[in-house]
Amino acid sequence: MSFKNILENWSAFRKDAEAGGHHKYDHRWGMAINLDVCTGCNACSTACYAENNLAVVGKDRFEKGQAMHWMRIERYWDDADRQFPERGASFLPMMCQQCGAATCEPVCPVAATYHTPDGLNAQVYNRCIGSRYCSNNCPFRVRYFNFYSYYETWAEPLNQQLNPDISVRDKGVMEKCTFCVQRIRASNDKAKMENRAIADGEVQTACAQACPTGAIVFGDTMDPNSAVNKLWAKHEVKRGDYLSKKPKVNAEKRGYRIFEELNVDPSVMYLERVREEI
Amino acid sequence: MHVNEKDINEQIRWAQINADVLRSMENPRPAYWVAVAVCIAMVSCAVLAEIYQYNTGLGVTNLNNPHMWDMYIATFVFWIGMSHSGTLLSAILHIIHADWRKPIYRFAEAMTTFSLMTAGFFPMIHLGRIWNLYWVLPYVSDRGVWPNFRSPLAWDAFAISTYLSASAVFLFIGMIPDLAICRDNAKGWRKTLYTTLSLGWRGDDRQWRNFRKTYMLLACFLIPLAVSVHSIVSADFAMSIMPGWHVTTFPPYFVAGALYSGCAAIITLFVILRYFFRFEEYMTTAIMEKTCKLTFAIAMVWTYLNLIEFASTWYGHNIYDKEVLIYKATGPYAWIFWTMIFCGSVAPFALAIQKWRRHMPTMFVVSLLLNLGMYFERWMIVAPTLSMAYEPHQFYMMYGSIVQWAIVFGSFGWFGLLFLIFVKIFPSVSMYEVKEMVFHRRRHLDHETAVKFGRRARDAGTPATDTH
Repeated sequence: MSFKNILENWSAFRKDAEAGGHHKYDHRWGMAINLDVCTGCNACSTACYAENNLAVVGKDRFEKGQAMHWMRIERYWDDADRQFPERGASFLPMMCQQCGAATCEPVCPVAATYHTPDGLNAQVYNRCIGSRYCSNNCPFRVRYFNFYSYYETWAEPLNQQLNPDISVRDKGVMEKCTFCVQRIRASNDKAKMENRAIADGEVQTACAQACPTGAIVFGDTMDPNSAVNKLWAKHEVKRGDYLSKKPKVNAEKRGYRIFEELNVDPSVMYLERVREEI
Repeated sequence: MHVNEKDINEQIRWAQINADVLRSMENPRPAYWVAVAVCIAMVSCAVLAEIYQYNTGLGVTNLNNPHMWDMYIATFVFWIGMSHSGTLLSAILHIIHADWRKPIYRFAEAMTTFSLMTAGFFPMIHLGRIWNLYWVLPYVSDRGVWPNFRSPLAWDAFAISTYLSASAVFLFIGMIPDLAICRDNAKGWRKTLYTTLSLGWRGDDRQWRNFRKTYMLLACFLIPLAVSVHSIVSADFAMSIMPGWHVTTFPPYFVAGALYSGCAAIITLFVILRYFFRFEEYMTTAIMEKTCKLTFAIAMVWTYLNLIEFASTWYGHNIYDKEVLIYKATGPYAWIFWTMIFCGSVAPFALAIQKWRRHMPTMFVVSLLLNLGMYFERWMIVAPTLSMAYEPHQFYMMYGSIVQWAIVFGSFGWFGLLFLIFVKIFPSVSMYEVKEMVFHRRRHLDHETAVKFGRRARDAGTPATDTH
């Protein structure tokens, strides 16, 4: 940014600096996850393992907290004070929220994680030196570190199943959910060759594809006709709307984004589970 | 009890100062070699652990998803902090003309350099891909790739390398007149070494004038550096959004903590050097008392900053911050928290008791306690926040594995080894400054002595080696 540019576009510059992050987007990929229909079956997590060449770390390392599930189902048990007639667990599928103002990005010493023009929070494996600050600064704790080297010892015959579209990662590298960026790029290229825009539903993440109840809707939130955008609009969840975390007046509007008060502008909207209270 | 005693015996002859200090550099006793062997063994533990970790991956340290940082970073902050008091004694007390620093600043300054050399290892060891370390530096790459200048870790790289090089230069410059004394008294390889290092020092007026200017300039340069380096280390935490890390008072809190643990380490080394090198004439009880008073004052500053941090968290009513604070005091790490409070805020009151602070073994134990508290403080900053930040699903607790312990243990060996080598090759008491101190005191305190000894060294009729 030249000095002249700063003088001429001072107000825009100020606004940009305040809002943080990237501002001229081609797409803004986003998600809507309906917790009301999520059964916690873990199909999304499994699909993610298959699609993204995730290492299976084994019981011991899982217990130590060294697992690599980019998509995890968080399970929260109901309180003992019987708030609800039906007792049990609540499930929260949690993956990288592809924040618009991601806290992981500014802290990386080598800029291995950055924002793409299509609204993704990208991780450059080859650039990562493994300082792990990004993970420490992620409020969702959805960044996974390669504590060991797995690709050399990928169990037979599972190595036959590795996805050729993306790399395997060596030890010492941070990784996380990419919104199946390889699929996004493939569809992008295809649409470009056919000289058209990407249609809604053309890109499916592995988790959305695998979800048996259709709880996960993926798409471009900048496309006014996309299913995900309609859901966001219906539930009145807007990007950059962090300051107005209003109390819910309409029970029909179930949308929320996690830790909205932190102003990280997540790209994933959750729809609250509908439960009958005592 | 009121003890009115001198910081140093000003009747001590200059030749005696030379002889005492030069003696400390000769003929290592068996205990010295035992200490060297122990340090080498400790370093070997760390090297073995690092080789294992390098080949296997960082998983062997027990780090896990919420705990991406642990003892490596705590130890890094600890060693960086340790380095601050050398600068306090040699630069800050120098420009405010507190001359009691003179017999003890040299080893403190060496401690600064060596603890920085120890601290520097930890950000490297903790990296996932240590072989790509240099990517943090802004070297010219044909791909036009730069480090991320917004990242506190990149600032760290600049801050620490600047501070290390500046303090090493400061240590060296301050030693030149002493190296010339060593040169004049040395034989063999030592002669060659000191001749090279003393840069042709003859002790003439012009050299002394230039020397004074350079030394003062470096001192003025070093003071803001010392403050900035630990502020930047605190930015590693304060610039994040994590509860318990995102604290506005962290820069002064870290600097106070740094001075605190550094002063405690000075007391430890003071007692060791005084005992082993029989430096009772130079490292006197009066100077120990002054050091203890200084440490006590800093301890109270640290305690105060600690309390206002707790208070602002408590009354701030940020649910996340408050939860972390309560977790620190009552959770599984509570024993560490309360040990830190005891060692950091209660133990220093031993320094306020004159009878105790005049008793060297007591001070040795107390200073170790203070530094234990300060180590725990660093660890309490790093780990509990990671155990319990925002995402409840990822609340977790852990302790470092034997690999982490081995490397942390080895770092003490490495520091000890450097220090042991230093005390036998370089004068650990500044001869020329002690002479200066003695000279000034003679002149100011006792007119008759001043007349008797005169204002110049050669007037006193002492041997030629004394003219430095």
